[in-house]
Amino acid sequence: MNHYQQLEAEAIEIIREAVAGARKPVMMYSIGKDSSVMLHLARKAFYPAPPPFPLLHVDTTWKFQAMYAHRARMVEESGMELLTHTNPEGLKQNVNPFTHGSNYHTDVMKTQALRQALDMHGFDVVFGGARRDEEKSRAKERVFSFRSAGHRWDPKSQRPELWNLYNTRTRPDESIRVFPISNWTELDIWQYLHVEKIPIVPLYFAAKRPVVKRGGMWIMVDDDRMPLEPGEIPEMRMVRFRTLGCYPLTAAIESPATTMEEIIAETFNTVSSEREGRLIDSDQPGSMEKKKQEGYF
Amino acid sequence: MDQLHAKNIVEYLEEQRQKETLRFITCGSVDDGKSTLIGRLLYESKCIFDDQLKALESDSKRYGTQGEKIDFALLVDGLEAEREQGITIDVAYRFFATDRRRYIVADTPGHEQYTRNMATGASTAQLAILLIDARKGILPQTRRHHRIVTMMGIRHIVLAVNKMDLVGYDAAVFNRIEADYRVFAKDATLDTLQAIPLAAIHGDNVLKTSEAMPWYTGPTLFEHLDTVDVSHTAAREAFRLPVQWVNRPNLNYRGFCGRIAEGKVRPGDAVRVLPSGRTTTVRSIDFWEEQLSEAEAGASITLTLNDEVDVSRGDLIVAADAPPEVADQFQVRILWMAEEPMVPGRSYWMKVHAKEITATVMEIKHREDVNTGAHLAAKVLNLNEIAVATLVTSQPVVFEPYTTNRILGGFILIDRLTFATVGAGMVDFALRRASNIHWQALELGKLQRAMLKHQTPRCIWFTGLSGSGKSTVANMLEKRLHADGRHTYMLDGDNVRHGLNRDLGFSEADRVENLRRVGEVAKLMVDAGLIVLVSFISPFRADRQTARELFEPGEFIEVHVDTPLAECERRDVKGLYAKARRGELKNFTGIDSPYEPPVAAELVIDTSKDNPEACALQVLKLIEGR
Repeated sequence: MNHYQQLEAEAIEIIREAVAGARKPVMMYSIGKDSSVMLHLARKAFYPAPPPFPLLHVDTTWKFQAMYAHRARMVEESGMELLTHTNPEGLKQNVNPFTHGSNYHTDVMKTQALRQALDMHGFDVVFGGARRDEEKSRAKERVFSFRSAGHRWDPKSQRPELWNLYNTRTRPDESIRVFPISNWTELDIWQYLHVEKIPIVPLYFAAKRPVVKRGGMWIMVDDDRMPLEPGEIPEMRMVRFRTLGCYPLTAAIESPATTMEEIIAETFNTVSSEREGRLIDSDQPGSMEKKKQEGYF
Repeated sequence: MDQLHAKNIVEYLEEQRQKETLRFITCGSVDDGKSTLIGRLLYESKCIFDDQLKALESDSKRYGTQGEKIDFALLVDGLEAEREQGITIDVAYRFFATDRRRYIVADTPGHEQYTRNMATGASTAQLAILLIDARKGILPQTRRHHRIVTMMGIRHIVLAVNKMDLVGYDAAVFNRIEADYRVFAKDATLDTLQAIPLAAIHGDNVLKTSEAMPWYTGPTLFEHLDTVDVSHTAAREAFRLPVQWVNRPNLNYRGFCGRIAEGKVRPGDAVRVLPSGRTTTVRSIDFWEEQLSEAEAGASITLTLNDEVDVSRGDLIVAADAPPEVADQFQVRILWMAEEPMVPGRSYWMKVHAKEITATVMEIKHREDVNTGAHLAAKVLNLNEIAVATLVTSQPVVFEPYTTNRILGGFILIDRLTFATVGAGMVDFALRRASNIHWQALELGKLQRAMLKHQTPRCIWFTGLSGSGKSTVANMLEKRLHADGRHTYMLDGDNVRHGLNRDLGFSEADRVENLRRVGEVAKLMVDAGLIVLVSFISPFRADRQTARELFEPGEFIEVHVDTPLAECERRDVKGLYAKARRGELKNFTGIDSPYEPPVAAELVIDTSKDNPEACALQVLKLIEGR
């Protein structure tokens, strides 16, 4: 078996194993390229049946418009149930990345919202698309990442993982985050999307888009909710996104790559690691580790 | 590597598709230059992005130990920083690729207290790099690493003799270390063993052949990793599919999903379902929207069969003419991974392929010193210790010896109380019932029965006036214990007087006999490992003392429910006090018969002061504290 068949077979094995041991599983769906791969793998694992779990999108309401359109399309195509959740408190207070800063926005609209959604539905197995190559603190993450009551990630209580034997036991209130694509790299994701012809949000492909430069990064003006600073005039540039999050928190890169082949070529020749475009990773030292302990994926 | 352009992407993708993955583990400590070596591998394979390299350059100037040069160790030093902070010491996985292969590196700390981490990393690795400091040669640590990785089934070893620059690139030093290693590794079953002299810090023999060591004519580390043949070479490649999931989307489709553990399968092949033994043939191999003409080891597929045979998760579908063994007693090797020691006789959940059952270690044959390999006697197995033991499972298990197949011979043990993964094991072979019934080795007693229930058996004896709240508190306590997973039983007038003691009345002699029998029954139940709650007025000290003496010290807990008579009489739930006052009920405790309060009860509670929940919690606190 070649490299891709191995990665795919491993991910499918993990997904089946997690579902077999779960009381109430769910798959996190963020609409991004990793989520697209995850959804595809889940469908393959259970075909011809649809995956025996719903998708959950924690909606900050600050996703790009194109992402909402893609979400609708994929739900239709997969025939799966989509659950969405927005933190009602955050919505009431109009928490947004501009006036509240990325840290607070992420905490309220993603971390807290995720916990609310998981508590509300009582999911015990939650699939996520995190990869070990993404960030330093992820390199030692388990495939089955155990969360104690309150969704806390306690580095000391993680279970040893030997062979392909995963301990899926949980008590009520405890849960497990399962990462089937732990061993994939960014390049693997792109190549898999290409080979399997999996549809992705068009924002990944370069196009002329209105952007402003902030903190050395290109921020796209997706709708009129984005306040412009004095002197800021959006300009049209050929940009694309290597990663998609909330639109003011995810920076675009200048790129001429308009086809999947060009993206892969660009990614392979790339000069900066993927999460550089995500502002939340660098807003405080050791920030990913911290967010994880609080329940962020 | 040259810049890639979109127009030759098809060619590039084809290249990528041809690549295989090699998983290896690095064994050594920071002092041996392990982080430097891994950092060097990532750097030389161009798997460091420019922004990471920039950060590395600035970190190197600030914290590095290499002056103005790049300190590669900083790339991967996360784990060591953790050790200083005293938090998770773990397995970190890193990824890199060459033109030939993709690599997944398991990076674990090398010290003895991290044996379990190294075993975890080794469990999925095909190759191990044993790192040696050329100045120090073979150390006890090297022997330990060798022992762990070979026990975990790794058959390819690279002996990386590092820091050759510090011994003047001396061939004699290298040759002596290699010879020493070959001597003590001679008993191990290895497919390849390659010794390479390195100076990772300068890159000597990592990617490029070292100019400083012209005497070495073997491959560089990268050349070796890229070309070493790690393909599985089992003598017999018989089809084995552990069934993970049964797919039944509708009445017409029954698919059996799993990842092939060994061999190949084609439609039409004769297969056997184990443990049931039923045979049938393969109808189709389904994968996504296509049907495959063949599937091989490592593939996650769905099989459909030509006959309606019963197949469940945890079963195996195997080549009909070459089935694996099925057994319920085994000789195994166990590595203990929990702080709380492993005790023979205690039962654990065992997970082997997709099968989950309970298993008990009957006997530790011997413990193996992880540094020397010496056989030592052991009653229990502590964290990071390795033992050869006999194991009995609650149901027959389909398996292969670990040396034949890692997937079908490896298992984990899970604590039934904490749900933690506490042990990793490898099946050596099955013990045949006739010749190897080791049940006698284990004396079954109260301790063993109690251990199975994860509790300390006790008799909690509630004494007090009628209406004092004994049964209410005892009931509440029993519910709470039950919720905590304890095995309990309650003895009170209601369930004893109607059966066992139906022949007894209320004369003094009968009341003594009543309590004697209750005490004896409680004793049997404690012997069975239960927590027994006894709720009887039991007014006389002598009777309670008689009961107490039936038990071992500490087992009998007397709880005096000391609710004042006035309060009990006010409650008078059953109207008995009123009857006694009217003289209709003779010998009623508290009215015309005395109650002798305990002199030294383990606990005194008063339901007129505290509510029953609070009283039950006081008892719970007392027994938990013991």
